This record gives sequence, structure tokens and C-alpha cells, in this order.
Amino acid sequence: MEYFIELFLGGLTRGSIYALIALGYTMVYGIIELINFAHGEIYMIGAFTALIVASVLTLLGFNELSILVIASLCAVIWAASYGFTIEKLAYKPLRKAPRLSALISAIGMSIFLQNYVLLAQTSDFLPFPALMPEFGFLEPYAHIMSSAEVIIVLTTALVMAALTFLIKFTRLGKAMRATAQDRDMALLSGVNVNRVISFTFIIGSATAAIGGVLIASHIGMINFYIGFIAGIKAFTAAVLGGIGSVPGAVLGGMVLGWTESFATGYVSSDYEDVFAFTLLVLILIFRPEGILGRSTTQKV
Amino acid sequence: MEPILDVKSMTMDFGGLRALDRLDLDVRKGEIAALIGPNGAGKTTFFNCITGLYSPTQGDILITRPGRDPERINGLKPNHVTEKGLARTFQNIRLFQNMTVLENVMIGRHCRTRTGVAGAMLRLKSARDEEQTVVDHSYHILERIGLSRFVNELAKNLPYGAQRRLEIARAMATDPFLLLLDEPAAGMNPQETRALDDLIKKIRDEEGISILLIEHDMKLVMSLSDRIFVMDYGRKIAQGSPDEIKNDPKVIKAYLGEDPDA
Repeated sequence: MEYFIELFLGGLTRGSIYALIALGYTMVYGIIELINFAHGEIYMIGAFTALIVASVLTLLGFNELSILVIASLCAVIWAASYGFTIEKLAYKPLRKAPRLSALISAIGMSIFLQNYVLLAQTSDFLPFPALMPEFGFLEPYAHIMSSAEVIIVLTTALVMAALTFLIKFTRLGKAMRATAQDRDMALLSGVNVNRVISFTFIIGSATAAIGGVLIASHIGMINFYIGFIAGIKAFTAAVLGGIGSVPGAVLGGMVLGWTESFATGYVSSDYEDVFAFTLLVLILIFRPEGILGRSTTQKV
Repeated sequence: MEPILDVKSMTMDFGGLRALDRLDLDVRKGEIAALIGPNGAGKTTFFNCITGLYSPTQGDILITRPGRDPERINGLKPNHVTEKGLARTFQNIRLFQNMTVLENVMIGRHCRTRTGVAGAMLRLKSARDEEQTVVDHSYHILERIGLSRFVNELAKNLPYGAQRRLEIARAMATDPFLLLLDEPAAGMNPQETRALDDLIKKIRDEEGISILLIEHDMKLVMSLSDRIFVMDYGRKIAQGSPDEIKNDPKVIKAYLGEDPDA
């Protein structure tokens, strides 16, 4: 039983990270129906930004907590500015083009960013400092769930809550939902659709960067390729849950996390991806719109 | 009477197809004007040009906001046209189906409010006050349009006639000085059409909003309009009062075809 709980909590942690990244995919898809393949790279850039800032701050002798806060903030801001710029450069000019063009542009952006980081940071795995604090009171339970994992799950829950509030109740959230449902009509109702799309990219990139910092700090090393793997997994999570649906992204992330965790624990870690993608295939066969997706999905 | 919308010699080409051909049209302050014509005459294209969805090939679109000088609005983006005070509805209903009636109207207020993300997330006082003003104003509009009992329904669950009225409510929320209605009575039963007739007059008389409408229901057009413009094949073929239009041979020809005995 304890083994089961351990695997369950491990899956929850993984799932939280997938959910954080999946949100960006699903929100962008909801607004402009584009699979933003460069999204995984944003996550990777967030992690690298945090690494660089943390290294500098360590040299300057800052204490641990301030390093964590400043490095995360820098990662979020820098990744958000990348997300904003990518949309302006690679997607906005193609907004009236066939959808496939924007998709290819996204793949190109992804390859470009990977190689840019490869050139700038080498292909080696770089050690990432453990930024997250250890809580003393969690010590007795550390074999089940570490402090870092608790922080990951709590942060994800907090981000989800904030995002749900943003979309449901704020002026921008209403504009986002309106844009997702009918872009031209939103324009005619006076909504600045370009600004709404930019905001969506900024918010999606910021949450991906948070995920990047958390997981890098938890695992302890990063290289230029982590965005690709994480991106594919998070994309799977978004499709599992129903692409375009925010609660779907969270649920899809969790389901994927648990599948991987239990497959690793009870079968073999070699089969982790096999189970994850078998699940995806099954869901796509029997429920192609995803778990929470509807034919008329409440998008964003 | 000075015109508040003055379209001069507007032409719209789609490739080799001339959808609008040197069209002149003006709407005066406080007026209800109608644009009629057979299907495919270019009426909706005309609306799309004025509201910035299309950018006309030639010609000028001038508007005169209350208390301002005339300004040219060719090539402005739709959201900027809306900010200048032109609002429209569509012939096929285009509500935000999965949002509530109140939210639909609040979207219309979007361009008249300023709260940023940070303010809204932190529930700053200014943000809450603005939100409250928007909600109050939206309730007020829904009351006047006669939709207050549906406030928290999803737009898609409304009866057909109410959906049409909600489109008008959302357009009014943007504070227009000119309302463009594209076939507001399409699909309505006679009773709903009569209610619409009253509503449109009320909007003009009580809100002081001028109206330009496209409509096929001739009874409604004749009852409402101060002036009527008739289009056929992208050209204006006649304009005048309802009585003049009723007896204009060119109009009769456009609608019924040539009289073989004539």
C-alpha cells in the first residue's frame, strides 16, 4: 500500500509538470488553433535562464531563498518575452495563411531555438543547483514525497487556481474566451484581438518557465534537448485531456503522470513511454476529442 | 442635416469581381436608414467595408462623431472602428455561445474600459469599481432591451428572438453613435418582428443612436425607415423616402424582373 501511495504521489508530481506545460499548448490552440511546437523550447529556455541567473547570484553570495525567487522571476519574464516575440515573428504574419503554414513555422522555430541554445550552451548536461528549500517538518515522510515534490504540486495548484480565476472572472479572460469562440466578432465588439493573442502567449510561456525551473531544480541537470521530450509529453497530455480545454490539460497531465509512474513502478521503467503512448492511442480511438473535450469545446 | 456617415464612391473588388461599384451613401443624425436589394447585391459586403473587415479598393468612408470634425476611417481595424462608435450585428447570429448573456454584453464594454491583468488579478479598488460599473451598465442595457430575466443564461440556450435582441444589446454596449443592423428580423415570426420594430424606434428615440439596417422584410423597412437606399449588382439604383421607393420602376424591375408586356 505504501508503495502504491509512493507511486501515486510520484505520478502527481510528474503530472503537475506536464500540466504546467500542457496549459500553454492548450491555451494557444484554443485561441488561434495552432499547435505551438516551439512551446517545449520555451520551457527549456526558462530552465536555462534560471540556471544562468542562479549561478551569477550564487557567485555574488545571495542566500538560497532570494536566489530561488529572483531566478524564477527572471526565467518567467525572459521566457514570456520569447513567447511574445515568437508569436510576432513566426505566427502573426501567417495568421491568414493556411493552418499548415503556421504549423511548419512552429516546427522551424522549435528547431531554431534548440540549435541556438546548443551553440550557446553546448550539448552537455549542465548541473542545475537544487534551488528549492528542504522543509524540516517533512523529513519523516521524505521517502514518500520530498519537499521539492510538495513544492511542485503546490505551485501547480496555485498556478491553476490563478489561471482559472483569470479566465473566468477578469476582463482579459472574457476577451480571451470571446476571441476563442469567434475572433472576427470579438474584433467587432471592440476587443483588441492582437493584444489578447499576445497575452495568451505570454501567460502560456510564463507557466512553462515555472515548470522548467521546478523540474530542472528537482532533477538537477539540463541540456538543450529537454524541451523536446517535455514538449511531446505535455502535448500528449493536452490531447489526452481535450485540446483547447484548460481543465482538460490539467487532467490529461495527471492521467499521463500516473500512467507513467505506475507503469514504471509495477512493470519496468523501460516501458514508461510505451504505456503513456498506448494510452494516448486508446483515447484517440475511443474518444478522439479527449477526456474533457466536447464537440463544441469551451475553448481557451 | 449633416451626415454622420458619408460613403463616397466606394468600390470593392474581389479579384475580377466588382462587388461594390462607386457606391454613394450617407446616414444623417437621428435617422433610420435602410439598405435593401436582391440577394447578392452587395449589402453585407458594404457593411464589411465600413466596419473594417474588408478594406475597400477605392473611395472614402467619412464619419462625424458627435461634437467632432469628420474623419476618414478607411483601413482602420474593426476594433478601432468600433471604438470610434460604429457597431454592427450579423444576419446569421454570432453571439459568444458559451458565455452568459451578461458576459456577452460585458464584452461589448471591453473597448470602453482599461483595467489591466495585474489590477484585475490583485482585485485593486480601481479594478473592482470599474468592473462594478461595467456590470451595472450591462444590466441597464439588458433591461432596456428586455432581456433582464435571461442575465445568467448561456447565450446558446436563449430563444431565437432573444438571441437576436442580445446581438443588438452587445452592439449597444460599445456606445455607438451609429448602429448597423444586418437583417435583424431574419427568421423572426410576425410577433417578434413587431417587437423588433418598436425596439429599433426606441433605440433611435431614447438613446439618440442613428440606425442603418439591411432588411428583406418590406413591411418592417417601410414602417421604420426615413430614407431607403436600393442596391443591385453592387450599384445604387435608387434612394428616397419609402413612398418614392415603392413606386420607383427601377426598384420594381430589380426585384421582379422586366415586365414582358412593357
